[in-house]
Amino acid sequence: MTSIDPVTLSVLKGRLEQIADEMDATLFRSAFNPIIAEAHDASHGLYDAKTGDTLIQGKSGLPVFVGAMSFAVKAVIDKAAAAGEVPQDGDVYIFNDPYDGGTHLSDFKLVRPFYRNGELFCYLASVGHWHDVGGNVPGNYNPVATECFQEGMLIPPVKLYVKGELRQDIITILQANSRLPGSLYGDLNGQLNALDLGVQRLHKLLDEYGEASISETLVELRKRAAQLMSSFISELPEGRYAAEDWLDNDGITDEPLKIALDMEIRNGRMTLDFSRSSQACAGPVNIARSTTVASCYVALKHIFKDVPANAGVLDPIDFVIPGNSLLSVKAPKPVGGYTETILRVIDVIFVALSQANPEITNGCAYGTINALSLAGHRKDGRRWVMFSFFGGGHGGHPDGDGLNHGNAPISTATIPPLEILEAAYPVRFTQWALRPDSGGVGAHRGGCGAIYELELLEEKAEVFLFGERGKFAPPGVAGGSEGAKNLFRYQQDDGEHSPPMASKMVGIKLTKGQRLHLETPGGGGYGPALERDPNSVGEDVRLGYISPEAAREDYACVVDDQGRPDINATEVLRRERVS
Amino acid sequence: MSSQDRKTVVGVDVGGTYTDVFFLNEADGTCDVAKVPTTRGDQSKGIRNGIQQRLDQLGGISTIVHGTTVGTNALLERKGARCGVITTKGFRDVLEMRRRDRPQTWGLWGKFEPIVPRDLRVEVEERVLADGTLLEQADPGQVQAAARLLLERGAEAVCVFFINSYANQENERAAVQAVREIWPSEHVTASSEILPEVREFERASTASLNAYLQPPVGDYLERLEAGLRDGGFGGQVLIVQSNGGVMAVETARRFPVRTALSGPAAGVIAAAHIAGSAGFPNVITCDMGGTSFDVSLIADGKSALFPQTSIDFGMVIRTPMIEITTIGAGGGSIAWVDRGGLLQVGPESAGSDPGPVCYGLGNDRPTVTDANVVLGRINAERPIGGKLDRLDVEASKAAIQKHVAEPLSLDIMTAAEAIIRVANAKMAGAIRLVSVERGHDPKNFSAMPFGGGGALHTGALIKEVGLKSALVPRYPGVTSALGCVIADMRHDRVMTINRMLEDLDVQALDRQMSETAAAGQELLNAADVVFEGTEYLFELDMHYLGQTHTVSVPLALEFGGGTTGVTSETIRAAFEDTYRQTYGRLLDGIAIRIMNLRVTVVGKRPKFDLSILAPKTDGKSRVEPTGTREVWADGTWHEAATYERLVLPEGTRVPGPAILEQPDTTIFIDPDLEGLVDGFGNLVITRKEEG
Repeated sequence: MTSIDPVTLSVLKGRLEQIADEMDATLFRSAFNPIIAEAHDASHGLYDAKTGDTLIQGKSGLPVFVGAMSFAVKAVIDKAAAAGEVPQDGDVYIFNDPYDGGTHLSDFKLVRPFYRNGELFCYLASVGHWHDVGGNVPGNYNPVATECFQEGMLIPPVKLYVKGELRQDIITILQANSRLPGSLYGDLNGQLNALDLGVQRLHKLLDEYGEASISETLVELRKRAAQLMSSFISELPEGRYAAEDWLDNDGITDEPLKIALDMEIRNGRMTLDFSRSSQACAGPVNIARSTTVASCYVALKHIFKDVPANAGVLDPIDFVIPGNSLLSVKAPKPVGGYTETILRVIDVIFVALSQANPEITNGCAYGTINALSLAGHRKDGRRWVMFSFFGGGHGGHPDGDGLNHGNAPISTATIPPLEILEAAYPVRFTQWALRPDSGGVGAHRGGCGAIYELELLEEKAEVFLFGERGKFAPPGVAGGSEGAKNLFRYQQDDGEHSPPMASKMVGIKLTKGQRLHLETPGGGGYGPALERDPNSVGEDVRLGYISPEAAREDYACVVDDQGRPDINATEVLRRERVS
Repeated sequence: MSSQDRKTVVGVDVGGTYTDVFFLNEADGTCDVAKVPTTRGDQSKGIRNGIQQRLDQLGGISTIVHGTTVGTNALLERKGARCGVITTKGFRDVLEMRRRDRPQTWGLWGKFEPIVPRDLRVEVEERVLADGTLLEQADPGQVQAAARLLLERGAEAVCVFFINSYANQENERAAVQAVREIWPSEHVTASSEILPEVREFERASTASLNAYLQPPVGDYLERLEAGLRDGGFGGQVLIVQSNGGVMAVETARRFPVRTALSGPAAGVIAAAHIAGSAGFPNVITCDMGGTSFDVSLIADGKSALFPQTSIDFGMVIRTPMIEITTIGAGGGSIAWVDRGGLLQVGPESAGSDPGPVCYGLGNDRPTVTDANVVLGRINAERPIGGKLDRLDVEASKAAIQKHVAEPLSLDIMTAAEAIIRVANAKMAGAIRLVSVERGHDPKNFSAMPFGGGGALHTGALIKEVGLKSALVPRYPGVTSALGCVIADMRHDRVMTINRMLEDLDVQALDRQMSETAAAGQELLNAADVVFEGTEYLFELDMHYLGQTHTVSVPLALEFGGGTTGVTSETIRAAFEDTYRQTYGRLLDGIAIRIMNLRVTVVGKRPKFDLSILAPKTDGKSRVEPTGTREVWADGTWHEAATYERLVLPEGTRVPGPAILEQPDTTIFIDPDLEGLVDGFGNLVITRKEEG
């Protein structure tokens, strides 16, 4: 029985969240690489001293880390226990091992035990996506990796600080293994600053409220998080729901890989069973079990927005993920393309939940990050690496059409301005536009994907792409149709080409004046197309979100070239279509 | 009447409900205030009503300074002009694609409607590269054809936005000239004129919002000036900008986007001046309205400026503005218990209509105001603002009982106090955000509430955050109007430099700084306003090469004789100072880049002596309480003395628990706090043991 009153609990929850938020903000502002600074591919929080469970996490970090970070802290706890050590005050562990800590090698985790009056109170941790961690491909999205060693350096949990004493050797080793050692150094310092700040703020809060109140608050918040999640699950109709989706290929062999979910709702619990999914593959679209669990959390929090970033949310959920699955791999299986696989895990959860209750779900979002890197050398010999992710459409939903050109559900990343890219790298964009007819057809249309086209201004460069959804489009739900597939083309001396693996390629040589052309998927539709308001169809034609042909073919809507619908003719056509 | 006879300066702040007017007679050093209902539709009528309530003759007014919400409202209600965009081929969707984001981190049901619909965004052939190279010249014929198409489609205003125009304005200028030749109104905006800064979406958004606002703001200012002139007014009208400075009407017509936060900015300016005069250079202003709580930090008498804000999702304005942090905790914020059993306040709000349960206008979910009514802190028989006769306490109680007390198994009074505690905790979070998180120690700051509701909560806030004290100005309700009277004239300009410090052509930079400063000075000269002096501020946005974000580095330079005397060494030293203060660690061996230059020219307007606001003492050394009222605080009932605030003479000590009432606000002094009336009529609230 807890003695903490509900009001103090609300107050302390806010104070603790503010600490994590402030750690996020500090790193975003001082980070070097835009993946952290602009795309917010980082996260901070407080974790349980014994289990590593997430207690509090910042609201502005990358959503997928909310689930993954507890595994990272657990990895440090286990490692220390195995070595018969106790993490000491002033120690800071650093690592990027994705098999224990989740996600991929680019994400460096810093874990710092927090001591209070000589006792371990909790852990603080910081994770950030570094710009380059070695491996075969600049920026580390290597679509043809068959072992993690081709993706980058792998650092197990080691101490960067021992009782407050920096081990400079470690930084030297890390820097020697990166193409961008300066950026690495800057980001690492940003993360250390964030941890310093967290320690300072947490002591202040403990001074004010005492250890007992804060400990009780943390226990109580977990209990309430579990309670909150259970109440949402209990409102879903009991039963079994199933969804299947596919990855184009693993980058090595051009064969689709299945992600299958059997979801069972019973007695206020939810089982997520991924047994029917493909086995581990040769290429880098495998993920560790911790990553799978983290991505399930992301999907559920998109649907049940009010659940907090707290381990308790997962208490009423059971996971079935066989050890040989591509959703549960161990070292040295490559995991560099984890983003693509977790987006698919999220999509099958949306689709399965839409069977349980379509009123709370949405069509799937574009479902691929399209990690594109261009690399070369400037005239003065300096290396340049332009690395960016691209956006697409969000799914239609009960409340309206999907958002045009949004960010991926696993991230809150914004795209760098094209003017910043042009100022920093020898490229010129020739198009940066919405992609007509890409939104999934439905009563509420999926949002439009985008078209990006750019031209090389230097003599030569190499191009790398890691994308998906080239063969299997983002599904709609509740009767809505799928969005458009991903398309990529590049120019060579003998004309235009597409990558053999649809959206994955390595080291294609580009010469001055040649162009890359990327069209990203739209979101899936929501509800049957024939129920879409003809006026909305007309408006879509007038504004060019869909073509007049699509209005007739997909929506059975008769529209003139000004976008004015003919309501009677449309009704007739729709009746014909139904019969 | 000659300009020597015009002695009165008038500050006008138009709010959603009331128009506040502050009169300063510079001849005899007296002041006065007026409050009249805001006239919806045409705010200029309300302004004339307000002024004429105190002055029969407008001829005696030298200057009218106006904080306006016409632009803000047009943005929030999406009632700007039908506006078109002419842009570079391949890029018409920049405005709609934003920076690839979504409104909320969690939940994928986001929506966005750009203020310029897709069929009013027309492309033309032209291209400038990032280094300023003109790759393809704009063809005036093609641009005019695009403009005609927009006119056919009903556009009233147009914005020309070309890629990389920050690096070379030639194409954009030529295109604007071509458009102006055929455009039937003056509503033509060039993106590089509004914001010659790298980042296409931010520039496109700011510039098209400027075009969107030109017709409504321009028309309004024209009506306002014409109406005032008809009434015999022969002076100057000045408009408050979001950066807290004023500009001439002419400038406001060209750059209406700079008025987006005009009203709140004036309030912060006033707060800085009032607090500074009273010996409080460090304050945090707290403006509590119906749906939100706005805080802003003033350190050493200066407000922090922020380079951009979002009025709504995807509605980005990038012009310097006083940094005001808003959270969803106002008097109308709804208290509720979530499924996990946690008490929450907001973000949903009952606003002012239907408003709190006690208004009896249809809302039945308890709000912060309802809790204050139940706790006895708000006088149910004398609601402020004068819109309602009395408040329904029983209805407030019933709502708190049902929605908070029962689910949490608390009694009504404890539940009401819990609502206030959670609301205070949220407000305290906002104050911490602008102070602690920016490296300021709250112990050195005082809270300064203005607006109607803030003074009920400031006592609790100073305890919660650890602030030194609270300073309640004499007329919290007219703070913004007072701020108009004292605001300086201010012109900000930003330009992208994008050069490494080591490759910098310092002479060229000096030239650019000096020319921009001189241009700002010309704007001041043209305004026909009296200044005490001019201040020039030079700032560089800088970072280590490879970093994305920049730090603003102020340069201590004197501008005179056509030069600023800037050197590479002063720039490096200033950068390292700022960086160390911001992040702690310098990064040796990494090159330093200058991204942007910011030049500000401030025309200092004369300040008046705020002691004219002081209460007039009639010889009585002590004013007795008007009565007592039962107030609930810290878990029990207290008998709180009540006072008429405005008659309390200088030096009056008011020990808590106490309630001070005045027409535009209610002040609650907690049992462990006390108030003191200072020589300017402010009430200074501190902890008892320190008094």
